[in-house]
Amino acid sequence: MAIGWYLVVSALIFAIGAAGVLTRRSPLVVLLCLELMLNAANLALIAFARMHGDADGQIFAVIVMVVAACEVTVGLGLIVAIHRRRLPIDVDEMRELQG
Amino acid sequence: MAEVLFFLAGIGAIAGAIGVVVLRNPFYSVLALVSHLLSLAALFLLLRAEFVAAAQVVVYAGAVMVLYVFVVAYVGGQDEPLGPRAGRGLRLVAAAFGAALFVELCIATLGSGLQAIGTDGRADLAPGFGSPAQIGELLLTRFLLPFEIASFLLLIAAVGAVVLARRRGGITAAEDQARYSAMDMLRPAYTGTMAEAAGHRGAGTPLIIPEAAGSTDEEVTAVTAGSPDSGKDPSTPPRDKDA
Repeated sequence: MAIGWYLVVSALIFAIGAAGVLTRRSPLVVLLCLELMLNAANLALIAFARMHGDADGQIFAVIVMVVAACEVTVGLGLIVAIHRRRLPIDVDEMRELQG
Repeated sequence: MAEVLFFLAGIGAIAGAIGVVVLRNPFYSVLALVSHLLSLAALFLLLRAEFVAAAQVVVYAGAVMVLYVFVVAYVGGQDEPLGPRAGRGLRLVAAAFGAALFVELCIATLGSGLQAIGTDGRADLAPGFGSPAQIGELLLTRFLLPFEIASFLLLIAAVGAVVLARRRGGITAAEDQARYSAMDMLRPAYTGTMAEAAGHRGAGTPLIIPEAAGSTDEEVTAVTAGSPDSGKDPSTPPRDKDA
């Protein structure tokens, strides 16, 4: 398969993730859609690494996975904190960022 | 064979992504994301990225998704309500935005004349391409600084998650004090604890005063034994040791 097909799949997954971030209201699902976008970027990185025959893109993908894990951890901690305060878990309801 | 595998994995990945966005229950969204990640790992294997595929399955689909499932179970995972804000207009705008983004990305990657994309576009690979040995060697030699920064970032994220998700305000001092005084109320007097012995030795009172056990008032003894100056009151009848 040509590398272009992988890039098409990557772009499609990224677009689906972006539309999901805009559409969904639960912050849990918004985080899941962010994961989709990061994974699309990973797929593009690894496709380019295969294209150039160089493993630097794979290192980049591993680092992106680490950053995604950190983002998930902090985001889920925020969701748990919101739930503890009995606030509605809805991104449209949370408009104020001051504590 | 590779084409068939690519189309199977690609369709699985796209179906999983659509399932994440479309499904209403967050628990089912997480399960759809797990299937999406597994399909994506198959795509990584087709691209000769063995270590990244293994890390994807083990770390992402294994650990991070378990964290998601735990939080969904804790928060409740209820279906999101159909409010007036998430109306049909926003859906259409979001879908149009996604389609426009997809077209734009395709033009940017395919139509811009990047070399070797239009052709087969495959470089000749070294024998150990994408193996854990090569990735580990690169991480420890050429990319040592990003590796260390990533570990530090993981540490910060772990500490931040603990700070964010702890009980609000932690254990307050008043609550702590109330619990300890209640334990002092419940603790029988003259059982030989170190705090009690220090309090009574400081007051200069002998530890055990033998007296008739029937005349002891239970509550008065318990309350005054909890306070440090209880030994100074001679009218308080102390209890026996094994009372």
